[in-house]
Amino acid sequence: MTRTARRQMHLAAHFPGVNSTTVWQDPRSGSQIDFSSFEHLARTAERGLFDFFFLAEGLRLREHKGRIHDLDVVGRPESITVLSALAAVTERLGLAATVNATFNEPYELARRLSSLDHLSGGRAAWNVVTSSDAFTGENFRRGGYLDRADRYTRAAEFVATARELWDSWTPCGRARPFAHDGRHFSVAGEFDVRRSPQGHPVVIQAGDSDEGREFAASAADVVFTRHGTLESGRAFYADVKRRLAAYGRGPDELKIMPGVTFVLGDTAAEAQERAAEIRRQQVSPQNAILALEQVWGRDLSGYDPDGPLPDVDPDPGGELAQGRVRIGDPLAIAAQWRALAEAKGLSIRETVIETSGRQSFVGTPQEVAARMAEFVTREAADGFILVPHLTPGGLDDFVDRVVPLLQERGAFRTEYSGTTLRGHLGLPVPVWNSGRP
Amino acid sequence: MMHLAVAIDHPGTTDPRPYVHAARLAERGRLDFVTLGDAFGPRTPRESRIDALAVLARVAPATERIGLVPTVTTTHTEPFHVSSAVSTLDWVSRGRAGWAVDVSPGETAARLFGRRPAAPDDVLWREADAVADVVARLWDSWEDDAEIRDRATGRFIDRDKLHYVDFQGPGFRVRGPSIVPRPPQGRPVVVVDATAGPARGTAARRADVALVRIGSADDPQQLAAVRAELHDSARAHGRNPRHLRVLASVPVALHTAADAVALADLAGRWYEDGAVDGLHIRPEQPGRDLSLLVDGTVPVLQHRGLLRRFHPGGTLREHLGLPRPANRYAPARETA
Repeated sequence: MTRTARRQMHLAAHFPGVNSTTVWQDPRSGSQIDFSSFEHLARTAERGLFDFFFLAEGLRLREHKGRIHDLDVVGRPESITVLSALAAVTERLGLAATVNATFNEPYELARRLSSLDHLSGGRAAWNVVTSSDAFTGENFRRGGYLDRADRYTRAAEFVATARELWDSWTPCGRARPFAHDGRHFSVAGEFDVRRSPQGHPVVIQAGDSDEGREFAASAADVVFTRHGTLESGRAFYADVKRRLAAYGRGPDELKIMPGVTFVLGDTAAEAQERAAEIRRQQVSPQNAILALEQVWGRDLSGYDPDGPLPDVDPDPGGELAQGRVRIGDPLAIAAQWRALAEAKGLSIRETVIETSGRQSFVGTPQEVAARMAEFVTREAADGFILVPHLTPGGLDDFVDRVVPLLQERGAFRTEYSGTTLRGHLGLPVPVWNSGRP
Repeated sequence: MMHLAVAIDHPGTTDPRPYVHAARLAERGRLDFVTLGDAFGPRTPRESRIDALAVLARVAPATERIGLVPTVTTTHTEPFHVSSAVSTLDWVSRGRAGWAVDVSPGETAARLFGRRPAAPDDVLWREADAVADVVARLWDSWEDDAEIRDRATGRFIDRDKLHYVDFQGPGFRVRGPSIVPRPPQGRPVVVVDATAGPARGTAARRADVALVRIGSADDPQQLAAVRAELHDSARAHGRNPRHLRVLASVPVALHTAADAVALADLAGRWYEDGAVDGLHIRPEQPGRDLSLLVDGTVPVLQHRGLLRRFHPGGTLREHLGLPRPANRYAPARETA
């Protein structure tokens, strides 16, 4: 490929998750737990020649006001086991598991990931996440709390240790003992899985903080970002790619893939209508009150979702939600919401719908394909992790209607050229590190 | 009817195909389940293996009826993760999962984790017993009908049907509930090798299937004695002993059709003597022995009316004739 050839995008499919993006009230919404749903989405992604299929993880059910949150999808299977099964019904599709570095140990997880790589013929990926909260820790032996800074140093040492284990077998199949003595892990012995087809499974990272970006630049192959607009995407892209040189890495060795949503229609107007309807389904009356309570930090269950915003001010110290990402300054957010509701005459529910994020790409298949291609040519992304709002059919239209247009533009592959996920992503095969100075 | 299971371990093999092939053969022979062993660290120096539960998850979509029972050890793995992984194997196999409980003894395994020193077997089995207890509670922590999708109230689940387990074990706690909804079998089938003393109590308390290792030349009366002991002990713990299957776990090497018939004779004799509920076969070479088992031993036992000719049910519990367990957290609701 010459330098003037058009850069092709990478695509991944996110299984609809346990948050309000996933619409379960729709009559077309199927099981969130039956294997057939996972199989349908994975096969659809493979039919669309996607790079990989992505599963998130949860280790404690979310709570609101001290009770299990019941308004969104609740419950999901364990990622690596589902992906091992999907390896049987797919042939080329990458299989990415989110697995926490805080509540696992390197030997066991390196072994499970290497096993998935063997079972899938080189298609495994690991999305490294960390958590620090004692809330999740209540389900685990180690329990307790990790400092925010500590969870990144632990994650970095975890990944480094996993790579030492993967490298303890030479590419030609000889095993050698390993020993790692660090701040978080002190382990030694023999790794019992021979080097897997990819050498190292692909490593994905999703942190957006300065430490997270640095960690990604040093250790990840793919960054899963939330920067869904062209402007913030370009800034993020430039910043993360700039950091790579310090680690002796080229800009193509780390792929930046924002998580995005999409709505298609036969006309632009129809797509907009559909997008509004989906947002309405995502913000049920009960979910609107819950969203309000998360900002206000107070019990607002007495309020009418179709009535006006409360007069009472947020309680900045109020902590109603557990197991969720914390929101910013509640007083500032409340002020914005009030201004918006006042200006447009909106009810509580309408305000929440209005302030909840717009879908990333809304339009005809032609418009969506053009816009996605623009993100890639203007260096806001190397590709996308698509988050459908429906299980299991939420990707069907995209694959049938948008993928062919991306292919016509030369913006996406027309066939798989390799068999491994590293091959699809154009990532180098990891250099075997002998571990000797 | 006699129950028959087979180990499909392929030492050193990381390619999924031999495992799929072996499981399909066992399925064709109408066996109850296949087992796949696991441990941390190589069995012999520089021998590779891969995660047993992942292998059987890979096998699941390639098979339809055969039960899938991986070993998952409890010494270094988080109880919460054990519960989620086995439950998920039950989901991806549509109710065919089991769990062979085992411990990871020894200093070598402990150093791979660097988290705790090695401990004696009886201590490890006390912990394994508690892990099996909390794992079963986590499987029960969702009632079967917890998912309601009630559009009128906007609720996906009825949270009164999800339960904290608040379990305190030796050196660990688990709050719950499970992240995974209750699996198709309610609780996947728990298998314990009850041969050695420290594991026998756990087999009596927690197992659906107990394995007892014995050589084919040994006296089956030992088996009958262990089976009686397990039944007595299960009864003493308030269990129905008829819900505990005891299988003789026998190493075999089948070279000829005559060997296959001899194995059928042995299995039939032990079963009809009431020493065991069936056999767990451990082939010396699965590639060679399994074909002879399925094409030689199985037809003889079927002909004698001791072995099923088809799988009448879809789940491993159904193959074993074990009821789907009631949920301990579900209040006894009146039936209409």
